[in-house]
Amino acid sequence: MEQRNTKFLLEIRSKKVSYDLDFEQELVAAAEKIRELQQEGNDGASQQQLERAIHDLHARTKELYAHLTSWQTVQVARHKERPYAADYISLMCYDFMELHGDRAFADDHAILAGLGKLAGNTVMFVCQQKGRSMQEKQYHNYGMPHPEGYRKAYRLMSLAEKFNIPLVCLIDTPGAFPGLEDEERGQAGAIAANLLLMSRLRVPIVSVVIGEGGSGGALALSVADRLLMLEHSVYTVAAPEAAASILWRDKSYASAAADAMRISARELLGMNIIDELVPEPTGGAHNNHCLAAGYLKEVLLKHLDELERYTVDELLEKRYQKYRAIGAFVRAEALVAS
Amino acid sequence: MVPDVAVEVAEQTEAIVEVQRPRIIFPKNIAVKCPQCREILYERDCRRNLKVCPRCGYHFKLTAYERIEMLTDAGSFVEVDSDIASADPLHFVSQAQIYQEKLAKEQQKVSLNEAVVIGHATIENLPLALAIMDFRFIGGSMGAAVGEKITRCIELAIEWHIPVLIASASGGARMQEGIYSLMQMAKTSAALSRLGEARLPFFSLLTDPTTGGVTASFAMLGDVIIAEPGALVCFAGPRVIEQFMHVQLPKGAVTAEFVYQHGLIDAVVPRHELRQTLARMLRLYAQAGTWQE
Repeated sequence: MEQRNTKFLLEIRSKKVSYDLDFEQELVAAAEKIRELQQEGNDGASQQQLERAIHDLHARTKELYAHLTSWQTVQVARHKERPYAADYISLMCYDFMELHGDRAFADDHAILAGLGKLAGNTVMFVCQQKGRSMQEKQYHNYGMPHPEGYRKAYRLMSLAEKFNIPLVCLIDTPGAFPGLEDEERGQAGAIAANLLLMSRLRVPIVSVVIGEGGSGGALALSVADRLLMLEHSVYTVAAPEAAASILWRDKSYASAAADAMRISARELLGMNIIDELVPEPTGGAHNNHCLAAGYLKEVLLKHLDELERYTVDELLEKRYQKYRAIGAFVRAEALVAS
Repeated sequence: MVPDVAVEVAEQTEAIVEVQRPRIIFPKNIAVKCPQCREILYERDCRRNLKVCPRCGYHFKLTAYERIEMLTDAGSFVEVDSDIASADPLHFVSQAQIYQEKLAKEQQKVSLNEAVVIGHATIENLPLALAIMDFRFIGGSMGAAVGEKITRCIELAIEWHIPVLIASASGGARMQEGIYSLMQMAKTSAALSRLGEARLPFFSLLTDPTTGGVTASFAMLGDVIIAEPGALVCFAGPRVIEQFMHVQLPKGAVTAEFVYQHGLIDAVVPRHELRQTLARMLRLYAQAGTWQE
């Protein structure tokens, strides 16, 4: 904890910590004050004042991020500086070779996949990649895969199974791309095929929601032995805007829909949908990519290590039972049909 | 169980058409207007024609029990788990809607506990397990109870070693059950993978409309997938596609015929031929795997 605190100090000094989301505005003044103090002289009194201010800000940021509403979590999960799959891979792996194409139609850049070395072991990564600059965003289609993307994922998951390589999926998508051409090429069928494949894939699967987990497009990479989420990520049946539009035909209710659907990682952990929260640096992963990747790697290795201990059949049975058990229902007093 | 329509209609002596400008309003259960060709049809004629417009062939939506009656041998259907209902896992309350109340209202309105009816029956004396969705119940949307019932239907088929038929009619996942709805896609698909391992066929019937999370899970996983003519079959839905892509969809896009043309399903079968088509498939599959013996 002491170490984390020090890192936070360093980041504020180097102006890396930014407060640009609307609910963070109360902290902007405090951060500015710290920068001013830094520029003033280095005498003992102001140094002490500075340390106090930094500690204070750290505590306030921590407090704020510990109680984010669902809608605020959505904003953090979509933060433009949030690390994407490629960032995590480059920070976690010392070797990564990207593999391309679905061998039938095209290479979908919204799906980033390939083999990497994670702490000495080969792992198959199948991830969704957004983009940071406008050009990157278009190249990666905002992280919204086409059917060929899901078929590329299918191909590489099968490859992992063939060579007995564990599968790690990093999920970050607003949803599958909803275009007419996607319908023509069978978006629904491509997603469904992945669900079926993953439910019986004979290697360990760990899926991590690193940002937005949007609907079927995210589920198609997240039928897993362990489903993890970063602390400030969301996983939802439909993007809050889409849900608001379905429920009330009005997108402006997005924040109400987000809150009502309970989509933040912490709420989903409480509902036993996910297995563990992956901690994020204070003030969100966007404030420190290295530290965020460090935490993720640690948790990933822990779960992969645990899963290694099961036989394949045990693994598949546990995976099946895990999904079989999701969804409570009640026995109604029998209604007599008219 | 199935509403006795003949009696109902007989009681209404004459078809009364009330003229009111600018719209014509018909008393219920006597006349219906075909949404496609705008022909005014006697409810009775329409029903006798399996709810297909005699003039243009438009397929009206069927209730779950109407479809069961139409497809299966008379009296052979045995319903199971009819009392499974949604538990409102999120305690979903928001402006303008309390989910718990909406559920109670829908259950009253359509006399069903949930948006799917499951059980087993025979078609031309060949047994199968079936799950028939009913669009009237919150748009046939899939929540935890629907997912559970469909999974149970598949498990029943595995236990009894019989094929499965699922007739989809759904607007997709049920928003009010959030992530639990989404996970039903994984649950039903996993159950289907077990059905496949047991070498039992799954026939998927797509009816109007089959969209969203239902299309992207079990509906598109059929060993044989057939659709009724004119049925809306898609993932994103025409409204979403138009809004998102800022385009006007061409006529006939994302229908049964459209997905058939693009090689995504096996056949488009008119309602009159459905029963015999299913029977043929059942017979063909009943002999599969026996050639070595």
